[in-house]
Amino acid sequence: MKYLCLIYDNESEWQKFPKDLQDKYMGEYTAFGDSIKKSGQYVGANQLQPSHTATVVRSRNGKVSTTDGPFVETKEQLGGYYLVEAKDLNDAIQVASRIPSARSGAIEVRPIVERTPA
Amino acid sequence: MKDDIEARVRDRVDALYRSDSRRVLATLIRLLGDFDLAEEALHDAFATAVEQWPEKGIPSNPGAWLISAGRFKALDRLRKSARFESADGEVLDRLHATEMPDQGEEGVEDDRLRLIFTCCHPALNPDAQIALTLREVCGLTTEEVARAFLTPAPTLAQRIVRAKSKIRDARIPYEIPSLADLPDRLDSVLHVIYLVFNEGYLASAGPELTRESLSAEAIRLGRLLVELLPEPEAMGLLALMLLHEARRAGRTSSLGDLILLEDQDRSLWNRVQIQEGVTLIERALASRRIGPYSLQAAIAALHAEATDTASTDWAQIVALYDVLLKAEPSAVIELNRAAAIAMRDGPETGLELIDRILAMGELVDYYPAHAARGELCRRLGRVSDAMAAYRRTLELVTQEPERRFLERRLTELDSRL
Repeated sequence: MKYLCLIYDNESEWQKFPKDLQDKYMGEYTAFGDSIKKSGQYVGANQLQPSHTATVVRSRNGKVSTTDGPFVETKEQLGGYYLVEAKDLNDAIQVASRIPSARSGAIEVRPIVERTPA
Repeated sequence: MKDDIEARVRDRVDALYRSDSRRVLATLIRLLGDFDLAEEALHDAFATAVEQWPEKGIPSNPGAWLISAGRFKALDRLRKSARFESADGEVLDRLHATEMPDQGEEGVEDDRLRLIFTCCHPALNPDAQIALTLREVCGLTTEEVARAFLTPAPTLAQRIVRAKSKIRDARIPYEIPSLADLPDRLDSVLHVIYLVFNEGYLASAGPELTRESLSAEAIRLGRLLVELLPEPEAMGLLALMLLHEARRAGRTSSLGDLILLEDQDRSLWNRVQIQEGVTLIERALASRRIGPYSLQAAIAALHAEATDTASTDWAQIVALYDVLLKAEPSAVIELNRAAAIAMRDGPETGLELIDRILAMGELVDYYPAHAARGELCRRLGRVSDAMAAYRRTLELVTQEPERRFLERRLTELDSRL
């Protein structure tokens, strides 16, 4: 079963990190990614551009409106995601807990709706 | 003659329902992979027993018979159901695949543990954990749970529906946690049991100070857990609950008024429960894996074994609070420790500590902090300070007996001014 692991962390804190600390973090992310690719749990992943690049789009009665900025302004921002294959929620929680940002921020784990092909 | 047999079967089935339905449900949930299906199957199994046993006789292993019958009925239902969605297909596959094991006692106990751990899974909302545990593990009806928590029944029913949905949709597995996960997961279970006990011990709002049946339910759950998983903290929690419960008869007067520990008639305390609690806590402490519940139970044991407050070993109680504070730093525990220090070293010392704790801000709206302050000021003869503290407490309490107690104190103090 697939789960989406959404990575929430404090962007502004991250931006303040000296380069060597940022590199260290990226190293940890690479190691994590490699390990779940090896275990067959990796389905997909991406780092997102910072939240100020976000745009919120709505369509009401055929009229499209766009708003600047992320959907919600919070202390922690959505920075990236991993789409993983796991046998159940406990398994997914295990994977999520190893994402480096789990230590400083939070990971939201959401099951994907599985649709059997028609 | 036939009526006699049917009546006897009915009685036996009723008794079996009371003693075994939770066990059977736990196994059916594992076999069918779904709470709702399992509950239907349980109902069908008992209905079939009432139907068939008058003729066929009562089976030698009724539990196994009921599980088998429930499974069969579920299969039957699924085959007959017109909509063969993929979910049903999955259940059918699972039903065909799982062997019908000759369930030794161990297998059954494992299923009950699976059920407890699943209902208390941290991914579920804490209120939902409590509702689900009381409903599925304890067998309370939705109405009973709703009444116990002073929640409207439809709200509580929704909560349970959502929890079951989450278990299904997020795929929370029906299993006993691995050794690595066990400490955290056990914490979750103990927390649920403790919340249920607390709710029964000190109802959060309303005219009655305690709600006996919830505390009894929590103790039953605690016993079940210790039976299935004799971990020291589980024993510690059970001991704590028994030791608190043992004082029930002494805590309130016949009019439902609050009686402080120092004024309680200790001959009213339940010595059987105290003995059981003390034995349990000794076992838990002997394991050398000492956690917060065990420490709180050890403190409760010291109170329970003392003949009065004067002869209580306050020094040891303070020492235990010191350890407890290291294990679980919290403002509330600091407060309780301060109260014990007041008993050991005198009200002046205790009051200093309480004032310092209040100044830190966390307990500013916590009524026991102000009540403690009031009590110590009263002992020191600082009448107007005491009255101010009791008035602040009165603003914060929600229960009748507490209000009456505080009003009496205020009247008393007023006469001293």
